[in-house]
Amino acid sequence: MKQKIRKITKMRLFLPIFSMLLVMAINMIYDVANGNVFYNFFTISMKNGLLYGRLIDILNRGSEAAILAIGMTLVVSSSAGVDISVGSVMSLAGGMCCMLLAGFGNANVSQYAVPLWVGLIAGLLIACLCGAFNGFLVSYLNIQPMVATLILFSAGRAIGLLLCNSAIVYVRVSSFQFLGGYCGFIPTPILVAAVCIIVMSLVLKHTALGMYVQSVGINAKAARISGYQSKRIIFTTFVICGLLAGIAGLVATSRIYSADTNNIGLNFELDAILAVALGGNSLGGGKFRLSGSIIGAYTIQAITTTLYALGISSAQAPVFKAVIVIMIVTIQSPAMKNYLAKREAAKLLAAHKEVVGI
Amino acid sequence: MTMDEKVVLTMRGITMTFPGVRALDNVDFTLRKGEIHALMGENGAGKSTLIKCLTGVHDFDQGEIRVDGINGPIRNHSTMEAQKRGISTVYQEVNLCPNLSVAENLFISREPLNKAHMIDRKAIVKRAQKLVDGFDMNIDVQRSLGDFSLALQQMIAIARAVDMECKILILDEPTSSLDDNEVTKLFTLMRKLRNNGVGIIFVTHFLEQVYEVCDRITVLRNGQLVGEYPITALPRMRLIAAMMGKDIDDLAKIKPENCDNLCGGMFIDAKGLSHVGKIKPFDLDIHVGEVVGLTGLLGSGRSELARAIYGADRAQTGTLKVKDKLVHISQPIDAMKLGMGMLPDDRKAEGIIDELSVRENIVLAMQAHRGMLKLLPMKEQCDIADKYIALLGIKTPSRETPLKQLSGGNQQKVIIARWLATDPDFLILDEPTRGIDIGTKTEIQKLIIQLAGEGKSILFISSEIEEMLRTCNRLAVLRDGEKVGEISGDMSQESVMHAIAGGENA
Repeated sequence: MKQKIRKITKMRLFLPIFSMLLVMAINMIYDVANGNVFYNFFTISMKNGLLYGRLIDILNRGSEAAILAIGMTLVVSSSAGVDISVGSVMSLAGGMCCMLLAGFGNANVSQYAVPLWVGLIAGLLIACLCGAFNGFLVSYLNIQPMVATLILFSAGRAIGLLLCNSAIVYVRVSSFQFLGGYCGFIPTPILVAAVCIIVMSLVLKHTALGMYVQSVGINAKAARISGYQSKRIIFTTFVICGLLAGIAGLVATSRIYSADTNNIGLNFELDAILAVALGGNSLGGGKFRLSGSIIGAYTIQAITTTLYALGISSAQAPVFKAVIVIMIVTIQSPAMKNYLAKREAAKLLAAHKEVVGI
Repeated sequence: MTMDEKVVLTMRGITMTFPGVRALDNVDFTLRKGEIHALMGENGAGKSTLIKCLTGVHDFDQGEIRVDGINGPIRNHSTMEAQKRGISTVYQEVNLCPNLSVAENLFISREPLNKAHMIDRKAIVKRAQKLVDGFDMNIDVQRSLGDFSLALQQMIAIARAVDMECKILILDEPTSSLDDNEVTKLFTLMRKLRNNGVGIIFVTHFLEQVYEVCDRITVLRNGQLVGEYPITALPRMRLIAAMMGKDIDDLAKIKPENCDNLCGGMFIDAKGLSHVGKIKPFDLDIHVGEVVGLTGLLGSGRSELARAIYGADRAQTGTLKVKDKLVHISQPIDAMKLGMGMLPDDRKAEGIIDELSVRENIVLAMQAHRGMLKLLPMKEQCDIADKYIALLGIKTPSRETPLKQLSGGNQQKVIIARWLATDPDFLILDEPTRGIDIGTKTEIQKLIIQLAGEGKSILFISSEIEEMLRTCNRLAVLRDGEKVGEISGDMSQESVMHAIAGGENA
């Protein structure tokens, strides 16, 4: 039994999963204290042919962060830095899409000016372009990622606002709401996130992308001597990150069927970075685990949803969120791991002495 | 337990385990005042681990360390703590900050303060300059450390340790990146320190050096103590036998079968390649199946010449023909596609990907060949890794162990495996035997000759002239960033030394 526990705690994803379970446990305790059944949190029901439940809500609302976390993981791994522009790029992609669909200068339309796919592709294209811009600055001009992406972090929203003629552009066409709405009975964002995760997992499994990115992140010079083109690889990760930010941006825009450039994706870059860290990945680059980041993203959303369920106002929520994040990060810190490992060793030694009879 | 008057350090029953490996098993070590004590053993024998236990880098599991002048056993938790107790170290790889100035590096963590309790920069520069002048190093202490060669950086690290008024000075492979002249300087200094009563622990792979300066030898093997001997009681062959646990054929015996019959055609034909500030224009041709050595003092442009061919530092002038075809190499991958490979001299900075596993490190270059989209199937990766682990005798708990957990020599073998796996036609080996134990050294030399026999061309760089004489068909001599001549046919240690030192014509 003891050995089994040890085996489980040694598993690579133990801590991220443990953190997630912790948040769920808090929910369960709260439910019981309020006289609900303990599995209230996990209850999924159908209302009007649509899925409802707190779990569904977390998966749904956490989609954007999960999509961003995929790209952020790659960027962190290859460049040992973060892309802080993803939130702005989300907003810019949404703005671009809505501007085209509504026609420049129109703020409220119930008819597409161009076909829907043109708008979506344009949104993704501009997001890729943003990623390429960031990637160029970081890899070819050797600018620190944080500084390089700071440019679009502040300019991205402004450009979006410019595209939308400084207004919130509404696109009141039902097909535009599909991406942020429901596909059958399942919220579409969940499916979009799932597709992104599956595609990236397959890419990592069937190509050498993972080895390329990690080698460059750990030792770019050694990777170069061994035939890896570090600059090109770092550039690629930023483009991928931009593309994913674009997808997340379109989902977020579709949810409110409007390009609210000032608010779409606001502070999402922080959630994405936190997701990578919560997933047990080093922000110093190098080795990464995509699954960790994904779990991290949903954990963050679980915390937020839980806080709202507990009746904490959205103004105070960040404080509680911070407390929980501190707890999780402490559990995962190297200092804590060392402490636990030492206690373990001491126990083993004591047991050994007992057996020997000292 | 009271300490013998003369003893400055005792380590008793030191045991240290890493996941899957018992690195040290009940090891004793004693250091006396005013002696130079060699710590010998093959790669992975536990020399570095023992030293890291002493200096607080590793927290050992069991055992006791006592230092003269301190009551009771001590246990260091950081190198800083060790330094306060008079234990200073210079490690195998330079562990200073390349982006700080030499002066700042010399006084890190012990900066002199002025009256206002601010760091006294003037004093730092002044004292630092005095210190390096005392070592006959002609350098400006206000320049960044990274501007200087590895050898100079090492000397600076030693100067720093010496300046900290230590009772125990640990030199972990300090000479592996120094040239003869610098080694002599270091030895003079070591003898001076010994006469002042400092106990010096000297870790090295150079047997000659051990017999030149040391008073006593402690031998480790597979994490266990073999024994402690006065230098006179342990002749060279017995020392090797003690390290390996068996007798080996004398090194001198492996001679290359004289393969002067340069069977194949020209593989490399370089004309006027150069890189400003690194290597002046040079011509070099290498035939198929030939081992060409590059010799010269450290910093004479040996590595730089090789790097210009390989595209590690892109050649700015000249032309390069590979198999009689004009080629343009702008980065390493271009060279690899032409069948080249390069093992760089700075293993830590340009060789290992330390967090990746042994398997991933071995297939790294092969994967680069195939490109990102064609992943080597996992099964194949494992087979290749297993093959080379067995072939080169790489000591590792498993093929999935992160490379950083292996000892330096085994890391080197992994990188050699990385290139062998790509089956190159032309391999550049820049100091492949540095920091490697004597048994493995012989194996690598044999391997070079064997590869040449298979029709591969080798460009071999080493600081040990003997090693070059044993393996190379021809030597190119470099001096001050310029290729000054070639020696072939009747090569002897003297003729090579003469060429390096430079008469008018080599």
